[in-house]
Amino acid sequence: MKNYDKLLNDLAPQKFGKKGVIWTISLVVLIVIGIIAYIDQVIKGQVVTNMNDYALWGVYISNFVFFVATSFVGTIAVAVLRLTKNNWRTPIVRIAEIIAVAAIIMAGLTIMIDMGRPDRLLNLFIHGRMQSPITWDVIIIPTAMMVSLLLLYFPLLPDFGLLNKYYKDKKPNLSKWYRIFSLNWTGSDAQKSIQLKSIQIIAILIIPVGFMLQTIDAWLFSTLYRVGWDSTNLGAYFISGAAVAGIGALVAVTYVLQKVYKLEDYITDLHFDKLGKFLVLVCLIYLYFNLNEYLIPQLTSKKGATTHINVLFVGDYAPLFWFVIVGGLIIPVIVLLFKKGRKPLPMFLIGLLVVAGSWWKRYLIVTPTLLHPFLPIQGVPQEWRHYFPSLHEWLITIGTLAMSLLIITILVRYVPIVPIQKTADEQEELELNKNTKL
Amino acid sequence: MKNNNTDSRRKFLDNGLKLGLITAIGAIGLTKIASKLNAKTSEASTGKMELMTTDGTIIEVDSSEVMEMEHSKKEAEYDVREGMPNRKFVMVIDLAKCKNALKCQTACNKQHYITGDHAWLKVYKMQEDTDTAPYWMPTTCMHCDQPACVTVCPVDATFKRRDGLVLIDNERCIGCRFCMAACPYSTRVFNWSEPNQGEITMLMDMENQTEHNSAEFAGLPSVKGTVDKCDFCPHAIKENELPHCVTACPNGVFYFGDKYEDTVTNGEETLRLSKLLADKNGYRLMEGLGTKPSVFYLPPVDRLVDFKEGLESFTDYKSVDKPE
Repeated sequence: MKNYDKLLNDLAPQKFGKKGVIWTISLVVLIVIGIIAYIDQVIKGQVVTNMNDYALWGVYISNFVFFVATSFVGTIAVAVLRLTKNNWRTPIVRIAEIIAVAAIIMAGLTIMIDMGRPDRLLNLFIHGRMQSPITWDVIIIPTAMMVSLLLLYFPLLPDFGLLNKYYKDKKPNLSKWYRIFSLNWTGSDAQKSIQLKSIQIIAILIIPVGFMLQTIDAWLFSTLYRVGWDSTNLGAYFISGAAVAGIGALVAVTYVLQKVYKLEDYITDLHFDKLGKFLVLVCLIYLYFNLNEYLIPQLTSKKGATTHINVLFVGDYAPLFWFVIVGGLIIPVIVLLFKKGRKPLPMFLIGLLVVAGSWWKRYLIVTPTLLHPFLPIQGVPQEWRHYFPSLHEWLITIGTLAMSLLIITILVRYVPIVPIQKTADEQEELELNKNTKL
Repeated sequence: MKNNNTDSRRKFLDNGLKLGLITAIGAIGLTKIASKLNAKTSEASTGKMELMTTDGTIIEVDSSEVMEMEHSKKEAEYDVREGMPNRKFVMVIDLAKCKNALKCQTACNKQHYITGDHAWLKVYKMQEDTDTAPYWMPTTCMHCDQPACVTVCPVDATFKRRDGLVLIDNERCIGCRFCMAACPYSTRVFNWSEPNQGEITMLMDMENQTEHNSAEFAGLPSVKGTVDKCDFCPHAIKENELPHCVTACPNGVFYFGDKYEDTVTNGEETLRLSKLLADKNGYRLMEGLGTKPSVFYLPPVDRLVDFKEGLESFTDYKSVDKPE
């Protein structure tokens, strides 16, 4: 039991410091501003956005796709690493699970912001029709949300049990909550076996669910005729892109938590090194699908495809496009190929770059395509030939990003970032191995 | 003991069911016979009757053979989502005649109280390539037989009727704009703000209290946060009138009609649809997508007018005139 004391002291959730309080308050302020902007949008209608009958989807949809993509970290970093028995994953899985939960919750919320009639949300259930890809989304998003929540929750049970005991005398109130959430965890063999089985099932379940979620998200676009979306490549393209966004976010958040909570003993250079290699792999896969998506249509050069791709390569969207490809994918790959590049700080910067690139990438998938319909844009105001989000759209979007960070912050405040029980078990095993070797 | 019990119960139920079935069949048979007997007895002595057969010959039958039938109620009742029975509405647009007079657009905007920036009916200045001739191309909703918009609608707010019309129930639309993204003809418009259609809103609200259905009356009044588009004017068709664009066109560009009757008319001349399409090489927009539009185009050949004449009224950035 002595073993646990140090671990608990190190890993039990800590109160916010001064910086933490300022951070949380800033997030809340941004969210409140976003909510006010959204209420204004509901009252006035979506005329407050810069969307129009051509650019009929904008930053709300691309932001939604970004959240969906980021939630893939739960699938790739937890389940895939678990099934491939990569044991280095222990200290970072909880962070990945937390990001996944925050992202999928925000995905569900952001898609509603885009609705012209949020008051008719229930129509999706009353009049829902199976052939619409939106109905598929309505089914898969809550499913993914539940599975992600369980994937976060089940492994937490022993830790909640430990925290219940840890806080028993110090903070009886807090301890009570941990006891309730630990479902009376005692650590008996029967409980352990049920818990292990449950985790195993959920970890396997999240793989098809995650793949379906990303694919359906891609199908929202590829089931339409538009140039740039009408592509058989899109499902795989979205899955690989989601892996990039997810791992990028994981790297960035892990670094911040390591520094803020001084977890250098648990989250070490080794973990960043491994994550860096993983990020290189997913970036390369995504680059491969990008080649398929852009170069092949350019080679056959059908009229519509050439127009679309020229806008991206050399036209209005070229700076953004090359930032995403070079800054968001190629530079990370080059930097992370070097051992020095996989140290925590450079990894953090690369992680931020990858996340920013991933966010703008979704913007580039949604917007330029809509501005090049089959019939020419005529007889509508000149502004309708371009799209850039309005102040309302930015405030609301920033609000949603802040909300996802707030969810992460709150979870981190009450949930041990590094799994305590699992770390203890692994340390014990390590000791045991040492002893037997001697 | 237990087994026996359930066994006997099962047997009882089994027999009971069989008995019930036989009784029901018997009862139906009896009533049938009874009704036949009734028919015979009530009109036994009225003599012969003249009737016309389906191939047009007159025959004489004994009136006792004739039985009064109840009319099927379904046919009489008009279902907005089913449409007008045994009709299939189509439009033909003769590009050779279009001079971009824009009377169609003005009439459409007026009749549908369009207050947005995007008219339902647009006249495009088309030039496929620098080496080919320019022409004016009016577009309405294509009322496709394989409508992409209807496929993707998550709530069945936009629907396809048997008479060919694709309409929108703007009381159900959730405003996701997926149908707008799906339509390759960019025909759909969105009410980004409160439409403010003035008197019509009040008028329709009054009618609303009776048996108004917005999908039927040209989607009026428009509703904030929902999608609108050309509706082929079902409110006019129902009164045996032509859609507003057809009657407004001074050049007879638009022909409207029924595919089953194989006729279309522009108000002045009525033509055989199949012959018109065959003679003048009718085609549909983006046939390759497989949407099967109900709007046909006649190619802009042998034009009597100069393309440039239309340029005077061409406005690149406006399709709806608004009061200042």
